[in-house]
Amino acid sequence: MTNSKEHKKGKRPSMKVSRRSVLTGTAAVAGSTLVTGFPMVWAQNIRDVKLNHTGMSYSTLADIGKMATEDLGFEVSMSVVDHPGLLNRMVNDPTSIDVADIEIWQSKIAVPQGALQGVAISEIKNWDKLTTLYTQGTFNGKEMSREGDSPIEFVYRPDKETNGFTEGMTDFVNFVPGVYNADTLGIRPDLVGREITTWADLISPDFKGRAAIQNVPTNGIMDAMMAFEAAGQLTYGDKGNPTQDELSATIAKLIELKRAGHWRALWNTFDESVNLMASGEVVIQSMWSPAVTAVQVQGTPCVYQPLKEGYRGWGNGLGLMSHLDGIKRDAAIEYVNWYNEGKVGGFIAKQGYYSSNPESAMANLTENERGFFYEGKAATAPITSPTGEETNPAGAVRDGGSYEERFAKVAVWNNLMDEAEFLYAKWNEFNAA
Amino acid sequence: MSEPRSFTTQLQVSPLVLVLLFFFVIPVTLVVIVSFLRYQMLVGIVPDFTLKNYTDILSNPTTWTLYRSTLKFTLIVLAITLVLGFWLSYFLVFHVRNLTIAIGLFLLCTIPFWTSNIIRMISWRPILGREGLVNEALQATGIAAKPIDWLLYSDFSVVVAYVNLFTLFMMVPIFNSMARIDRALMEAAIDAGATRWGVIWNVVLPLSKTGIALGALFVITLVMGDFAVVSVMSGGLSASVTSGMFNDLQFLNYPRAAANAVILLIVVLLIATAIFRLVDVRKELVR
Repeated sequence: MTNSKEHKKGKRPSMKVSRRSVLTGTAAVAGSTLVTGFPMVWAQNIRDVKLNHTGMSYSTLADIGKMATEDLGFEVSMSVVDHPGLLNRMVNDPTSIDVADIEIWQSKIAVPQGALQGVAISEIKNWDKLTTLYTQGTFNGKEMSREGDSPIEFVYRPDKETNGFTEGMTDFVNFVPGVYNADTLGIRPDLVGREITTWADLISPDFKGRAAIQNVPTNGIMDAMMAFEAAGQLTYGDKGNPTQDELSATIAKLIELKRAGHWRALWNTFDESVNLMASGEVVIQSMWSPAVTAVQVQGTPCVYQPLKEGYRGWGNGLGLMSHLDGIKRDAAIEYVNWYNEGKVGGFIAKQGYYSSNPESAMANLTENERGFFYEGKAATAPITSPTGEETNPAGAVRDGGSYEERFAKVAVWNNLMDEAEFLYAKWNEFNAA
Repeated sequence: MSEPRSFTTQLQVSPLVLVLLFFFVIPVTLVVIVSFLRYQMLVGIVPDFTLKNYTDILSNPTTWTLYRSTLKFTLIVLAITLVLGFWLSYFLVFHVRNLTIAIGLFLLCTIPFWTSNIIRMISWRPILGREGLVNEALQATGIAAKPIDWLLYSDFSVVVAYVNLFTLFMMVPIFNSMARIDRALMEAAIDAGATRWGVIWNVVLPLSKTGIALGALFVITLVMGDFAVVSVMSGGLSASVTSGMFNDLQFLNYPRAAANAVILLIVVLLIATAIFRLVDVRKELVR
């Protein structure tokens, strides 16, 4: 914790003109050698750089690549992979990626394997403006839950060269904070027929044959544990790192429910969860925030229901692959700084996610959108998705309330548990049962 | 055999040999090698020889559950596609007198194949779903009071999709065999006093057996190697042998997935051998 004061003061790069303005304005380019000390050659060469941002479908959006290419003057391409695919590429084909958009728990595999390089905090613009969720492990001055893999446990590395994690704050990070959110259950308010207040409702007999759970083992097990604990059927020492016995008991309960016909389906992909909900096959299920938006766009009522036990939080980070150096590395730093400068934050807010630099994200939203997505206010005009379709009418209030209310209630984090291999074997049994 | 001729033969065979080498022998060899390597959580493949992958799989009851479920689907789908394939071909070959019409009807059967597997599979959802066409019709006509749930996300919907997707693979080889049957044989059978069913049983069926064997082989390999249909149509509630492999891959456990693949390969090869024992496809094809 010794370094935290230093971070707060914010050791900004010493140059007065940012690299980007050097790139975009020709006048600035002409004068850049004098002002910043950068040689002309840098500004010309960086236009030839091609950066590849690789990540999962929910955050690796082609529109972000387009915006970056326009703003930065060099090409940023986006490639989408699934969770195992990303790890696979990072480990087995690292040079095919430049910037890896990893989930926090994926760093647990990627960092020790040396896939990512350390980034000095002095290189990260606005570090002091980034959410304390990542930088200090607190939210609104309160300690965040450490059940599961919370961002603070993985963001800092001991020093530039050591591929590892450290609890204390250092001058180097494994990844630059990316988007994040707090997940809960999605419901069809018109079909559930009663108030939904707890995770236990996922396994309530009231919804027999009309409930679904996600078939991504690491996430599905979290939803299941939240539900069984809330229902008082099982207890856990640490839901972020359950024992083999706890996992066996949880899977046994899941199988019992499956045999009794409780689950209408187990969904694997984003679009499956949207279809299940939109078609009315399912009225309560695990869901991701953009899926709720996608159902709403179809004109079907769907709520991302806050529950009294709290949310399952998750976060992403942008990691610089270890092969990056020279001008390409400069471009990558430029890109990750741009990423947290507001445009992306404003864009991604409309699919329900939050930016690591909330202040700049809010500045990129209209007053109505800011009120709806961040401040918990009723919409004064219809709210639209990133692609422009209406998601919520005027007067609607975002489920879960304001940004503050939501993150104050994160109970567990998505994680890679120590017993993950055991979990996978058990989940296979659940699938086969 | 003279020297030049043997050289020509080798030259003629070489493209096939090369294709088999690059696209079959080398990949399969790699899979077999990986299946004997050790997997370490969070690290991946470790180059140590081990039999653990095989002992793990064979001693795990889940494996047997998955094989049982896959075999169940295989047998049901085989039976249904066989009946459909046989009678559809019979109709086209022996009932439709005009060759042009027969070919036209045959092409009609292939039209669904102009779209992708995924589309043909997903299209069943709005038909079989809780608020789907079938349920709405049943409720509108008063046959069912409330929606029937087992139409979708059940073994039933999996079988429907399989039959929809794979009947053609059964039908085409049977059609091919039937088209070669000499009509004079059937006339002779009728002259000798055979009934209509007698002709089918004693003449058409035995002479279609190559087609049936080939069709069965297609259907069996397609169903046993499937992962997408079963997971989409059962809503993730049923699993197959291949979906077990997929779960292993989620965690980069290539060795166990490879071992699983080798076991599945052996099972399918055994089934294929059995089929070829019953029918000498080679002999029948050059007939």
